Amino acid sequence: MAPEKIVLRFGAEKADKPLIYRLVKDYDLVINIIKASINPHKEGTMVVELTGERSREGIEFLRAQGITVHPLTQEIARNEERCTNCGACTVHCPTGALYLERPSMEVRFNGDDCIVCLSCVKVCPVKAMEARI
Amino acid sequence: MSIERTYKEINARIKAGKAVVLTAEEVIDRVREKGLARTAREVDVVTTGTFSPMCSSGVFLNFGHTRPRIRISKAWLNGVPVYAGIAAVDAFLGATELPEGDPANSDYPGEFRYGGGHVIEDLVARRPVRLKAISYGTDCYPRREVETEITLDEINEAILFNPRNCYQNYNCAVNLSDRTIYTYMGVLKPRLGNAHYSTAGQLSPLLKDPYFKTVGIGTRIFLGGGIGYVVWHGTQHFPGALKDEDGRELCGSGGTLAVLGDLKQMEARWLVGTSFRGYGATLTVGVGVPIPILNEEILEYAAKPDEELYAPVVDYSDSYPNAKPGNLGIVSYAQLKSGQIQVLGKEVPTAPLSSYPRAREIATLLKSWIEKGDFLLGEPTQLLPGPEARLCGKILNVK
Repeated sequence: MAPEKIVLRFGAEKADKPLIYRLVKDYDLVINIIKASINPHKEGTMVVELTGERSREGIEFLRAQGITVHPLTQEIARNEERCTNCGACTVHCPTGALYLERPSMEVRFNGDDCIVCLSCVKVCPVKAMEARI
Repeated sequence: MSIERTYKEINARIKAGKAVVLTAEEVIDRVREKGLARTAREVDVVTTGTFSPMCSSGVFLNFGHTRPRIRISKAWLNGVPVYAGIAAVDAFLGATELPEGDPANSDYPGEFRYGGGHVIEDLVARRPVRLKAISYGTDCYPRREVETEITLDEINEAILFNPRNCYQNYNCAVNLSDRTIYTYMGVLKPRLGNAHYSTAGQLSPLLKDPYFKTVGIGTRIFLGGGIGYVVWHGTQHFPGALKDEDGRELCGSGGTLAVLGDLKQMEARWLVGTSFRGYGATLTVGVGVPIPILNEEILEYAAKPDEELYAPVVDYSDSYPNAKPGNLGIVSYAQLKSGQIQVLGKEVPTAPLSSYPRAREIATLLKSWIEKGDFLLGEPTQLLPGPEARLCGKILNVK
């Protein structure tokens, strides 16, 4: 069975819950955490691979706990033509995939670190960050 | 002997291809290396640049006359209303105007994907724009409706006229409240989650001429990729000095420019339609102002580095919306550009809204225009009011 890649997002009040433990124990899933981050406001984002026959049920359980779950089928691309290198996105990127190079102050985008949280798509003032399926 | 130069002398050197031009970034190192007096003797012009979202921008358009003629009373470009109460086929399109029926903030925070600034970008990019206009009809202008496509080259005139651009200095915006707020300074996370600033610091035009010794009516500038002019002081031009807690003057603040230029000369790289989530639409504008080094004093200001230029930190959850005076402290542009500042004892990550790389590109382009002799300095017929004019903002009292 091929692993299923999903993105989980959870608010500060969920950060202390042992959700991964429950997925393993109650739903017999093999879990590979690809990326996990908690921002300074204690909101978490996690990209995980789920393998197991009960992965659907596991995802339903997460949703029932108030976790936002969506498949990792999108990727983020920077429209280089459109990007003005202003830097407004950099402070909103939870993984540092978008960052300012100093002293040139040019914006760099490292797609490998991107967890498709879509924050940059929402905050980019010139709509240079695009979500592609 | 300290140097004194006139505009005429500088322009003669530009025409002869002998003018020495440095960007406002390059001149900092030159002064550090060679000192003020020697640099003032050697350098004729310092070029500045800024590329930021600038509300109070817009364009006057003359569409040309239809057959039969129409006296337009209402008009829309790509669904965005333009102001047509000027003459039969003249109109003004403002950067922050939204399409009719835009959901705005009814689904908060609104996206504001398209607005007047985007129409200006579409025009300057030579994309076709849908014009719709209506009228009541007169004997001399019988037509009552027109719907067609226009492009920038097909209409008579398009004059970019921005009543307030190029703010001398700007607030560094933070959010002290417990919820995310959506402002014209971007998305501000709760409890000092981030700090946004919006000037080019040491490259920014009016930070480098804080006493308005050179900028005035008739100053020729880089505007949106073409040549434009300073035509007046901008609206809300209240020049003064930013002061620290002890009342010491730190740097210029409060000045603005009204600028004008031919949109047909401009490029979409330097006029970009811009959206602020939860706030609205606007236009990001590229402006570059040359500073003639008429004497050592002018150079001294033009050579100020980020370490000696400052911004006030302002809370946009309460102080700004409620127009309460005061700030949360002063930070230098060097600190802002480092990526982190201290506010109320907390480390706060920073991000710019103004593109420093594009500001540098503008200053460099303007420098090359001057070096090639394509761009002569415009001697102001009148300088703009400086801090000595003691202009200050009025509160609109609701009676």
